[in-house]
Amino acid sequence: MSRAALLVLADGRFPAGGHAHSGGAEPAVRAGRIRDAEDLTEFCRGRLHTTGLTAAALAAAAAHGHDPIALDEAADARTPSPALRAVTRRLGRQLMRAARATWPSPELAVLAGARPRGAHQPVVLGLTARSAGLGPEDAAHCAAYETVGAPATAVVRLLSLDPFEATAVLARLAPELDRIAVRAAAAAHGTIDALPAASAPLLDITAEAHAAWPVRLFAS
Amino acid sequence: MSVRATARITAALDGRGVTSLPVLAGDGPLAPRRTRTPTGSGARVTVVGAMSAPLGGDRLTIVTRVGEGARLTVDSAAATVALPGEGCEPATYETELSVGERAELRWLPEQFVSAHGSVLHMTTRVRLAPTARLVLREEQILGRHAETTGTLISRLTVHRAGRPLIDQQLAYGPGAPGGWDGAAVLGGHRAVGQLLVVEPAFDERYPEARLLGDTAVLTPLAGPAVLVTALAADARRLRGVLDEALNELLDAPAG
Amino acid sequence: MHLDHAHHGPAAVSADSARPDGTRRALRIGLGGPVGSGKTATVAALCRTLRDELSIAVVTNDIYTREDAAFLLREAVLPPERIQAVETGACPHTAIRDDISANLEAVEDLEDSIAPLDLILVESGGDNLTATFSKGLVDAQIFVIDVAGGDDIPRKGGPGVTTSDLLVINKTDLAPHVGSDLEGMARDAGAQRGELPVAFTSLKSEDGVKPVADWVRGQLAAWTA
Repeated sequence: MSRAALLVLADGRFPAGGHAHSGGAEPAVRAGRIRDAEDLTEFCRGRLHTTGLTAAALAAAAAHGHDPIALDEAADARTPSPALRAVTRRLGRQLMRAARATWPSPELAVLAGARPRGAHQPVVLGLTARSAGLGPEDAAHCAAYETVGAPATAVVRLLSLDPFEATAVLARLAPELDRIAVRAAAAAHGTIDALPAASAPLLDITAEAHAAWPVRLFAS
Repeated sequence: MSVRATARITAALDGRGVTSLPVLAGDGPLAPRRTRTPTGSGARVTVVGAMSAPLGGDRLTIVTRVGEGARLTVDSAAATVALPGEGCEPATYETELSVGERAELRWLPEQFVSAHGSVLHMTTRVRLAPTARLVLREEQILGRHAETTGTLISRLTVHRAGRPLIDQQLAYGPGAPGGWDGAAVLGGHRAVGQLLVVEPAFDERYPEARLLGDTAVLTPLAGPAVLVTALAADARRLRGVLDEALNELLDAPAG
Repeated sequence: MHLDHAHHGPAAVSADSARPDGTRRALRIGLGGPVGSGKTATVAALCRTLRDELSIAVVTNDIYTREDAAFLLREAVLPPERIQAVETGACPHTAIRDDISANLEAVEDLEDSIAPLDLILVESGGDNLTATFSKGLVDAQIFVIDVAGGDDIPRKGGPGVTTSDLLVINKTDLAPHVGSDLEGMARDAGAQRGELPVAFTSLKSEDGVKPVADWVRGQLAAWTA
């Protein structure tokens, strides 16, 4: 495996559409639930241990070699919000485009053909990692990092939060992020049904509210 | 002394087209009793908690099967309060439900209350035939009046026609991973509920996603089902939101 | 049935000149420029002028959701199914240059749902003078500035002014009122751009967008040649 490939894939500049998404931070800011770096930390921590773990496990399972279509179905079952299903499929489609340009592989082509409107993003992410020669834990790291990186970046724009503080939030979460990645990678060795399904009620509720806003800065 | 108990309920359609209960077996603190149905159709069972349960270390299981064409409603006489046990072992509460072709199960227990110091792992596994109908309510109250919550980890997994329909795990309290009370998960709310309605007729016409107030939402799943996810300050307000959604979903001319 | 996806052919990988089925895709022209210079008005005028001779669609990139798309819908310059809004997470220049995936997806969706298309106009959200389109997204780009924004903009240059395939200097009708020197602007633009064309427009006047429409026709002729 190439460690540098992991950096390329995890880089926020990797052109896969993530920059337009706040990971639920925009509605949380509007509702007054995120006002400062401390709120952001708890938001990111909650997200990491719920949808972050679930996404990381799906990505790890795809990198491990589980059937991506079955994983896509498992992702559907783990995403009750239709707004969030649409978002992760759109992001999956965007990532697929970038992945096929950077690390083309027959497996990516097959999934792109089977899900032309986009497979769930964590599944595409895992398969991308696999195509890049990375392992399940690498894929889990990427997925988990994205679940906290997106809100942290968004809150810098939404609250004009000091970017150093926002980055410090991510740095403080690093040990927990490592543990999530290890757990997700371990789960990838089991059955798809047994993959983690941790969920966050407020993220599901506010995602639907946000999708109906007429004016917003972020797509989700 | 911790308890291991398994209660069993089986509903089946008899020769006259009436739902009967060939198996209705209680065990330990779980006592299922046949009760009158308010609507007069199908059978109704009320689970009576014969003693305070579950305590830490207890392992309780309810297995319910609804055979082809049968209709069953299961509720409970009172809220279930998870309490700390003598050791530090968690209590487990497992619910296994299966619903056959053209059969219907309404699973409407009272709340689970997580008392201070308790640790409860709940697992609900449901297997549905392709034409089965299900109404399932889950309510979790974090702490009795004015006390901090125990630890509650609850996983709901539903398979329909062998495929995953919904799989969700919720985890709250001091034993849960961090951030559970933050802006992404609970945001300070102490009552959490879900209402799942699986209705094959949704395949023709899906209810649309919509908000039910600021902290509740009705969402169509990827399969023919809707999930209501609700947060509230307390049990009463939570039930209000879920009841309203339930009445509306059951009144809809979908079925 | 599955609620979330209706499938058709697989998505293209990049900005190839052919669609997945081998047919030639639509010409994509980007329109960028500072806030208030008249990008959306130019798009609207182009649609009105060209819609009877060409099959056109528009992708908008807004700072806030879909204001520009809403304007085009209100003005009814095209049927709603021909207008797609891309959400940019408060960074419209990122969505047209650094990470074009959402825009490519919108373009592909339009190509899939409205075949055949001759021309797709991709409008950038109002941004600064450095915002340019990626060549992976558009085949040619128009940079729209206006006389009221200061007649020194052409002299100051910047990637939009110097490298765009067409520089549009809009609102010439305002020049006397804001004291802008049109001849000076033309001279400065020429110095910055060499052979690249410059069009002066006043969308207030009858057929004021004609120089831009003619340029688009020329681009399309070259594309389909």
